[in-house]
Amino acid sequence: MSFFLETLIGGLMAGMLYSLVALGFVLIFKASGVFNFAQGAMVLFAALAMARFAEWLPAWTGIGNPVLANVMAFIISVAIMFAVAWLVERLVLRHLVNQEGATLLMATLGIAYFLEGVGQTVFGSDIYKIDVGMPKDPVMMLESVFEGGILINKEDFIAALIAAALVGALALFFQKTPTGRALRAVADDHQAAQSIGIPLNRIWVIVWCVAGITALVAGIIWGSKLGVQFSLATVALRALPVVILGGLTSVPGAIIGGLIIGVGEKLSEVYLGPMVGGGIEIWFAYVLALVFLLFRPQGLFGEKIIDRV
Amino acid sequence: MGRTIGEVVLDLNNVSLSFGGVKALSDISFDVREHEVRAIIGPNGAGKSSMLNVINGVYRPQEGEIVLRGEHFSRMSPYKAAQSGIARTFQHIALFKGMSVLDNIMTGRTLKMKSNLVQQAFRLGPAWREELEHRAKVEEIIDFLEIQHIRKTPVGRLPYGLQKRVDLGRALAMEPQILLLDEPMAGMNVEEKQDMSRFILDVNDQLGTTIVLIEHDMGVVMDISDRVVVLDYGKKIGDGTPDEVRSNEEVISAYLGASH
Repeated sequence: MSFFLETLIGGLMAGMLYSLVALGFVLIFKASGVFNFAQGAMVLFAALAMARFAEWLPAWTGIGNPVLANVMAFIISVAIMFAVAWLVERLVLRHLVNQEGATLLMATLGIAYFLEGVGQTVFGSDIYKIDVGMPKDPVMMLESVFEGGILINKEDFIAALIAAALVGALALFFQKTPTGRALRAVADDHQAAQSIGIPLNRIWVIVWCVAGITALVAGIIWGSKLGVQFSLATVALRALPVVILGGLTSVPGAIIGGLIIGVGEKLSEVYLGPMVGGGIEIWFAYVLALVFLLFRPQGLFGEKIIDRV
Repeated sequence: MGRTIGEVVLDLNNVSLSFGGVKALSDISFDVREHEVRAIIGPNGAGKSSMLNVINGVYRPQEGEIVLRGEHFSRMSPYKAAQSGIARTFQHIALFKGMSVLDNIMTGRTLKMKSNLVQQAFRLGPAWREELEHRAKVEEIIDFLEIQHIRKTPVGRLPYGLQKRVDLGRALAMEPQILLLDEPMAGMNVEEKQDMSRFILDVNDQLGTTIVLIEHDMGVVMDISDRVVVLDYGKKIGDGTPDEVRSNEEVISAYLGASH
């Protein structure tokens, strides 16, 4: 029992991180109808900025305090992601208003390669580490309830908490503020939103900024676990099945989809893995996504598309 | 009636619009006076909706200009139109389907909101006070349109007639000087049409809002309009009071005689 719970909790925590990346996709898709292929590149770019500035700042300014250096690097990285958002809107999206979805998709593919290239040119292409003081040691929990307790990875636990807090804050922002309302309005109907004076361009910048922040947080968490390297850009690919599962248009879908994929991966690896020789974790999510595409293409919470003939 | 029809507020001069080789509007001129109810009628495909879309900046005419309170525009944008006090409703309802009635109407207040993102995010005093003020205004509109009972319902679940009312509510929340209504009564039953006519006349009368409307139901148009423009195949074939239009030979043959 305690082993099952350990696996389950491990899955939930990994799932929370998938949710965070998936949320980046969903936000941009909802507000602008663009499937943002550059989300993964944004994660890499943000993580590179964070890792390098945390390293450069003490060298440049002589800041000895690692916490202060990290905080300043974080602020600079946020500013950089905002600048990226602004430039993407200015230079790309603004000129492609009302174009086909495929055109916009190709544009984000271009942005992805551009960010990957520029990121590595400016910040370097080695493996860098982000050290934000995440505890690495596992911790025992619920020893009084189960014999032997449950072993939990503290780093994963904190990461999941951070991700959950961010997801919660974003959900509140979307539901409770006038700007959040305007964002939802744009997501529902561009034309109507424009006709009541919601500035589309400004909304897009805001959405890309928010997606940039989720990319930064995801980049820091993954980066401190795995090191900041090029493969971080493929983290986003891991979130693709989450988006398919949860529905491209649903914020709750991204969260629950992430949790299902996280738990499914871990449980299938542990319980089904031995039967087929292991390695399920790598492809489980994609098979699940495929099954969903066959039977419920709009995802768990997505809007069903009904075309009148 | 507490209203007096005033000066020309909106003037369209020689507007022509074509899509590729198809001419949707050719050389149309007409004006709209303050506080009046101005109707645009015509058979299907006459260019009525195109006309409305030009006024509101969705379409950009190849020729002609729009004069709005003395300011000349060769092209309008929906955002600019909204800022200049023009609100509109849509023929095919374009509400935010996932959002509640209340939220939909609240979005109409967007341009009136002054608080910034940070204030909103942390619910600082000014943002919160502002939200309450707007909320009060929106509740007034909800009362006026008699939709209190569905305030929290997601719009997508409402019957058609009520959605049309919410669409009107969202436009009213902008406190527009000019309200463009694209077939506000399409697909409604007699009772719903009467309600809608009453709302339109009340808005016009009590708030003094200038109204430009497109409508198919001739009875309704003749009842509530001060002046009527008649379009046919993108050309203007009549312009005047309902009585004048009714007795215009060209209009009768193009529209009234043919289809009614």
